Amino acid sequence: MSILTKEEAQAILKKVLGFSKADECEVNLGGTTGGNIRYARNAVSTAGEISNMSLSVNSTYGKKTGTASINEFDDASLEKVVRRSEELAQLSPENPEYMTLLGGQEFEDSITYNAATAAMTPDTRAEMVLKSLTVAKDAKLEAAGFLENSNGFRAVMNSKGLFAYNKSTDVSFSVTVRNQAGTGSGYVSQSFNDLSKMDTLAQSKIAAMKANGSAGAKAIEPGKYTVILEPLAASDMISNMFRGFDARSADEGRSFMSKKGGGTRLGEQLFSDNVTIYSDPMNTELPSATWNSDGLPIKKTVWVDKGVVKNLSYSRYWAKEKGVAPLPFSRSMIIEGGTQSLEELIKSTEKGILVTRFWYIRSVDPQTLLLTGLTRDGTFYIENGEIKFPLKNFRFNESPVIMLNNVEAFGKSVRSGDMLVPPMKIRDFTFTSLSDAV
Amino acid sequence: MLQDLAALGNPIDPLQALDGVDVKIKKELADVALNAAKAKGATYTDIRIGRYLNQFVATREKRVQGVVNTESYGVGVRVIANGCWGFAATNTVTKEAVAKAAEQAVAVAKANSKISGENVQLAPQKGFGEVSWKAPIEINTFGVPVKEKVDLLLNVNDIALQNGASFVNSVLFAVNEQKYFASTDGSYIDQDIHRIYPSFTVTKIDRTSGKFQTVNSLSAPSGMGYEYLSARPQDKIAGVYTRYKDRYDILEDVKMASKAADEKIKAKSVEPGKYDLVLDPSHLWLTIHESVGHPTELDRVLGYEANYAGTSFLTLDKWKSKKFNFGSKLVNIVADKTQVGSLGAVGYDDEGVKCGKWDLIKEGTLVNYQAIRDQAHIIGLDASQGCCYAQGWDDVQFQRMPNVSLQPGKDKLSVDNMIKNVEKGIYILGNGSFSIDQQRYNFQFGGQLFYEIKEGKIVGMLNDVAYQSNTQEFWNSCSAICDESDYRLGGSFNDGKGQPSQSSAVSHGSSTTRFNGVNVINTARKI
Repeated sequence: MSILTKEEAQAILKKVLGFSKADECEVNLGGTTGGNIRYARNAVSTAGEISNMSLSVNSTYGKKTGTASINEFDDASLEKVVRRSEELAQLSPENPEYMTLLGGQEFEDSITYNAATAAMTPDTRAEMVLKSLTVAKDAKLEAAGFLENSNGFRAVMNSKGLFAYNKSTDVSFSVTVRNQAGTGSGYVSQSFNDLSKMDTLAQSKIAAMKANGSAGAKAIEPGKYTVILEPLAASDMISNMFRGFDARSADEGRSFMSKKGGGTRLGEQLFSDNVTIYSDPMNTELPSATWNSDGLPIKKTVWVDKGVVKNLSYSRYWAKEKGVAPLPFSRSMIIEGGTQSLEELIKSTEKGILVTRFWYIRSVDPQTLLLTGLTRDGTFYIENGEIKFPLKNFRFNESPVIMLNNVEAFGKSVRSGDMLVPPMKIRDFTFTSLSDAV
Repeated sequence: MLQDLAALGNPIDPLQALDGVDVKIKKELADVALNAAKAKGATYTDIRIGRYLNQFVATREKRVQGVVNTESYGVGVRVIANGCWGFAATNTVTKEAVAKAAEQAVAVAKANSKISGENVQLAPQKGFGEVSWKAPIEINTFGVPVKEKVDLLLNVNDIALQNGASFVNSVLFAVNEQKYFASTDGSYIDQDIHRIYPSFTVTKIDRTSGKFQTVNSLSAPSGMGYEYLSARPQDKIAGVYTRYKDRYDILEDVKMASKAADEKIKAKSVEPGKYDLVLDPSHLWLTIHESVGHPTELDRVLGYEANYAGTSFLTLDKWKSKKFNFGSKLVNIVADKTQVGSLGAVGYDDEGVKCGKWDLIKEGTLVNYQAIRDQAHIIGLDASQGCCYAQGWDDVQFQRMPNVSLQPGKDKLSVDNMIKNVEKGIYILGNGSFSIDQQRYNFQFGGQLFYEIKEGKIVGMLNDVAYQSNTQEFWNSCSAICDESDYRLGGSFNDGKGQPSQSSAVSHGSSTTRFNGVNVINTARKI
């Protein structure tokens, strides 16, 4: 019962709106069902199956809004939750930034659902994990990993005629493979909407190769180096940058997108001219929902074009204040890549460092978006186009804004988490100390 | 902002949440689960019936952003079948649904036992029968009218704006966990846990230079009721910046923070190099959390967190040697699940173990870890240390950090007297940026407020400060700890670990502490 069809969701939402006595009412409905297996020390540690569905009602009188929700779906419960939200609305102070609800909108049908992923069972998960465990055991290595799948839907309907529905599936897998001496470690991670794209065997072999290859790491002095960031490392850094694309923070003077003297850096060349960033919910490699929580349609949007900031996101309220059209943000960003493979990027590097991933990235200075964090699970020294030896891990202090001004080359973009991102060669990346961690 | 917060649960009327579910009903449901799992072949079963209430009141400047009350109610059943763990959870709290969840948990355990290589070994645990535990609060935060909380926060914001802040956000967050645990060991444990966290951030913008700075509140999330917001004279520690002990004055703090934000934006940029650091408990709690709390978690030591939070440099051989030098002789660090007013205080953990207190680091030497029932045998214990926790009914419980605290110095020493002996140093208040490697060797911490110390005197504020060190080197540089009159708690609601990731709340106590010759970097950049 946790996953409803469009028609089933529509029927419940209509019924709930029928109970409303408020000036405006909006109802959200969502459900998920899924499961997971966690393993470590080459054995399953925890596993579970969880499902949930809930309904949330926003009622508004004038500019006073109240929210209430419920997990039960009989008529009495549905009416009760509407009444409760109306009572809370009457008790709430006025919100001067309240925006009247949107009317009906046109949305493209998303491509976020995959039937094979939705059909996964505990046995499917066990078989996929067994492949990973076998790789580690055969190589006399130790695996710790996590496999999770979910099948979900969400829908919204309001008293102004808005209705939107989306269903989606996700499957994600990650594994850390370490050698028994604890001197080498490798990691991979994948997430897709479509189960058929996931290969736990091949991925576990890569992690095992890195576990063996990273053993016996040497220390070199911290400093500025040319780095080749694998897609995972690149997405670790760049995903921290997008919060700054909020127009309101930029206008208020508290973002790296704020301009000295006031205003924003919209229209400025802020990155190297080979940097183009966009979002597109219909991209087959990175599909996402075609509407946001306000009910605004999400369409393909170019955020950075050849290094120039082309768009900032505007909430409905801030767009009204600034006299522009609202522009919803997307969590699914695409960094336009080049044509080279990772191997070709390495081959073209005289001296540099290959980074598998970063760890524990935190903001140090929001003004410059300076981040700190560490390399992890496979860091290698490159000389004359070849990987020469594994390196001890580093701490870095670097800003993705500075990094995207120092781009030497991009490889082909691949999916990493919620991004499509290429491996990238960056000059003058700042490592500030060494870590003994493996 | 509140859309994300609402994901934690379902909004409800706060008054309806104050009455817990009848214990008799919970016991009946628990027995259904225990019997259903046993009938399907489980050799051990526990059930947690949880009602988790949160309240958020969030404001910015003169506006209330949201008042949200959330409830999450449901049941999680954990079993051992064929030597393997299985877990299932449902939000349908009926006898039928609970029995089905128990059966599902057994099915998961049996499916996984086909690919698993290790049989679970549980440390013995006696049943306690029907018992209960309540947090010793004076005022239930959920019972305080929303208007009173809104008025307080808007007052905070007014003070900030009157004292030069460009922007201010303030939030009051309250938690009530009503947890019922039962197991086949014969325990039926009912607990009522309360936590509160009032906080703010003031932002100062200098449009001409394009610079901005923020200062956060020095409040600590606390295992208390609304009385936390009624500071008494004995709770205030005067100095270059007022700090708070058991209770907190948010109106006084926001006035100081607003003025400090103005000073911070004009402060000089730090000269990188070695400094003696004087760390206030409002800052040091986070360094303790990351560099002591996490590496002494036994699941990390054993490799269970290798794919996410990482492992630990405090390997079993170091503990077995009984002479691993973690820090200087002054360093005594305890784990404590019973400390009054702390976030981690409970009567019993989430697998029915009565909570206690034990040493982790004694006079600088590693002496113990944090363990739960299925790990106790690995370090030669015949009982769990009571560190098991799940963030909700729909999450499986696992090993989580107890309160981990640095013991105060035994000799009388005030903060003023500590600073008097520092030639070249930095006095740091409040927690800022934080990052540490996956085995807990190399770390970097920022802060909220940095005061330069020259020849025993505070001479002004600094900016762009972060310190980098190695855990063992850092704790060995500990050269003085103020006495117990300065002892205070800090902490976090959001300690993340596990896959799927779960948050837990934990406190860390200390007195102001000095560390000699720590490497300080300058974090200023130009973009």
